[in-house]
Amino acid sequence: MSQSKTKIVELKLPTCLGYEKVAMSTAASLAKLMGLPGERIEDLKTAVAEACINAIEHGNRLNEKLSVGVILRAEPDALEVKVIDDGSGIKKQPAKPDIDRKMHGEEDPRGMGMFLIQALVDEAEWVAGLDGKSSYVRLLIKLDKDAA
Amino acid sequence: MQTETKSRVDQLTTPDGHPVAVLRFEGDIASTSKDAVLGTYQSLPKETAKLVLLDFTGVDYINSSGIALVIQLLIEASNAGQKVYCFGLSAHFTKVFTMVGITKYAGLFPTQAEALAGL
Repeated sequence: MSQSKTKIVELKLPTCLGYEKVAMSTAASLAKLMGLPGERIEDLKTAVAEACINAIEHGNRLNEKLSVGVILRAEPDALEVKVIDDGSGIKKQPAKPDIDRKMHGEEDPRGMGMFLIQALVDEAEWVAGLDGKSSYVRLLIKLDKDAA
Repeated sequence: MQTETKSRVDQLTTPDGHPVAVLRFEGDIASTSKDAVLGTYQSLPKETAKLVLLDFTGVDYINSSGIALVIQLLIEASNAGQKVYCFGLSAHFTKVFTMVGITKYAGLFPTQAEALAGL
């Protein structure tokens, strides 16, 4: 794939659980074209899946009249993925999941999506929309992990 | 859109002669997998199934909702005095399970043979 300029791929997903797999496959294909190693592609797929699931479940509240936008930008040195929903964004970052608290019933077993996103990509940023909607999460994975 | 989770139970024996219940999963493990994961686990006889193996060999996709179901299974197993081990996870999901801390409560093995030998 030519590295000379940015390539952009845009998706519009139904707000329906399961369609995150379309975004995962697209991100994986683009990452492979860019030469990302296999392990990083798997990291990216999981991060994209979690971002899309959050957009579907929380941002768009499973409202099938809404869509989830996914914009993938292949830069010469990195792949950026933005996942956009019609929610108002997160009010505050949830606490890091604690397996011991979950196992003792002190914490919901769920709620690990954001933690996984942050752990698996080089940069993750949650941005609330100015108009109370069109919020997004921006993920960045660098071609050269040592540059992270 | 999500591939339905299929599950079944096999009964095996360790080299030392201890009975082991193996829960084998196929497809996706996500929010819709509650019956396949927890329902199948809850069908095990708690008095005799003290060793439980979770087989992820046939699983291609696990999201955080699926991981939450596995954690719920581990909670119930812990309360029932059962020991749970997993095998067949890809390198990526082995890393993810380690990241979320599941390895503190369930040992991971690459294959069934290694899991049985290690019990």
